Amino acid sequence: MSDTLTLKKAAAAPVSPGDFLAAWVGGKADRTLRGLLLPILLLGLLEIAARKGWVEARLLPPPSEIGATLWQLAQGDLWSHIGASLARVSIGFVIGSVLGLAVAVLVGLNRTLEDLLDPTFQALRNVPSLAWVPLLLLWFGIDEAPKITMIALGAFFPVYLNVVCGLQNVDRKLIEVGEIHGLGKFELARRILLPASLPSVFTGLRTALGLAWMFLVAAELIAASKGLGYLLSDGRETSRPDLVIAAIFLIALLGKVSDSALAAIEVRSLYWRDTLRTRKRRHA
Amino acid sequence: MSHLEISIKQKKFANKVVLQDVRLSIAQGEVVSLIGASGCGKSTLLRVVSGLEHDYRGEVRLDGTVLSGVSRDIGFIFQEPRLFPWLNVADNISFDIGKVGHDDARVIELLAEVGLIGFGQALPKQLSGGQAQRVAIARGLYTHPKVLLLDEPFSAVDAFTRIRLQDLLANVANVHGITILLVTHDVDEAVFLSDRVVVIGNQPGTVVADIRIELPKPRERETAALLAQRSIVFDALHSAHVV
Ligand SMILES: Nc1ncnc2c1ncn2[C@@H]1O[C@H](COP(=O)(O)OP(=O)(O)O)[C@@H](O)[C@H]1O
Ligand SMILES: [Mg+2]
Repeated sequence: MSDTLTLKKAAAAPVSPGDFLAAWVGGKADRTLRGLLLPILLLGLLEIAARKGWVEARLLPPPSEIGATLWQLAQGDLWSHIGASLARVSIGFVIGSVLGLAVAVLVGLNRTLEDLLDPTFQALRNVPSLAWVPLLLLWFGIDEAPKITMIALGAFFPVYLNVVCGLQNVDRKLIEVGEIHGLGKFELARRILLPASLPSVFTGLRTALGLAWMFLVAAELIAASKGLGYLLSDGRETSRPDLVIAAIFLIALLGKVSDSALAAIEVRSLYWRDTLRTRKRRHA
Repeated sequence: MSHLEISIKQKKFANKVVLQDVRLSIAQGEVVSLIGASGCGKSTLLRVVSGLEHDYRGEVRLDGTVLSGVSRDIGFIFQEPRLFPWLNVADNISFDIGKVGHDDARVIELLAEVGLIGFGQALPKQLSGGQAQRVAIARGLYTHPKVLLLDEPFSAVDAFTRIRLQDLLANVANVHGITILLVTHDVDEAVFLSDRVVVIGNQPGTVVADIRIELPKPRERETAALLAQRSIVFDALHSAHVV
């Protein structure tokens, strides 16, 4: 018995690459690095598939070629495309979420306003982004205004919905503590309702940011001469899948980076929260 | 003229009469426990006294003045701590006047009194249930209230914590001479802490027994005198069909 045990131990002593990887994924690795594992594996697989001729490189160019395309673009006007898209997303997102927050606070704190406004917003939020395009083009022409309006529209609803919901779900027990201390309506909102809804505000903002990128692409696909969405349609018209995929990659990358930035602000602002996520962080 | 004069003619919810002809006169510094079956209206009675409940017939007087709405002279401590999770302990304690910082003299004094020195900057999520309830007690005391209302304040903590919190409350009552109105379902707790145990009958809720506990304070637990008082209260609860 003891012989087999020592044998097993001896066999396990030199760490195999598989064991190392398992340990790395299981906990030792930095969390960011772990998140990069899947994309890197996928890219490697695609590269091999294209090189070996498993897929037609004309339709699915290998990552190395897309990298080359990106490099080439970077020498030219890539930055102005990225700049144009970033500017549109930022402006549209800020306008939409500030309006969403303001209207939500009014509706969430005032029964009459809720009765007046909320049904309309609930109906409008069901309209898909593309349905607005023809109308906005008719109203604003094809310059920046309709694009920013569309992105703002996309950002407005998630913020509005989440914040109204957050305000209406504040624990009555906490509100009672405020009442015991004689807080008026305004103070109650400022000192209890708004801080208690902060988690919902962030949920709304992060959803809004994601939708802002979606609406951006929709807007730029239809009428633009600059931006990542324009690169997409340009790639299609000139039959260049490498350009299309490069644009998709950039949108994913920028979307992820902007969301991570917002998530970092969220974690900082909600340090007081006692949830599964904050617990994991503490134990990590 | 007594210190706290409660006289509720009737309190209804929809068409259901919850309290009927409740009259209680409480002297300054007296500790009074309310005990009775679940749903008999004890919490409602406290809410009326606190000013949270407006819609009733009757009146509550403090030192002769009729109270209308909440008052800084009356503190309320709930069954759960109800701390604001986004405020640290110090800011929770000073909630009445807003953020004052963890080095506020009154906050430090209260932290010492409830046995939480050094916890001013802790967040509610870092506290145990008993610690959180201590913070709630400190918050209730922050405004130097004349009356403290407590609604089953220790029923959500474990038995050992409960004993320590009861000692804390007994001490607070002794040192500050605050008038205390305490809802509890724990007869031992009521007898140990109170000068009077008031039994509330059921449907509609009204005072059915008012038992004076004439024992000197501070009290020892589990003394023969205390046990004798306990059985008197139990007899009253039996005749009121509470147990
Ligand atoms: N907000 C309310 N609306 C309607 N009925 C209520 C409300 N609060 C309490 N009640 C009813 O009043 C009665 C007394 O409740 P409560 O004062 O909480 O009892 P206790 O604290 O003695 O258990 C119960 O029957 C309860 O259902
Ligand atoms: Mg109750």
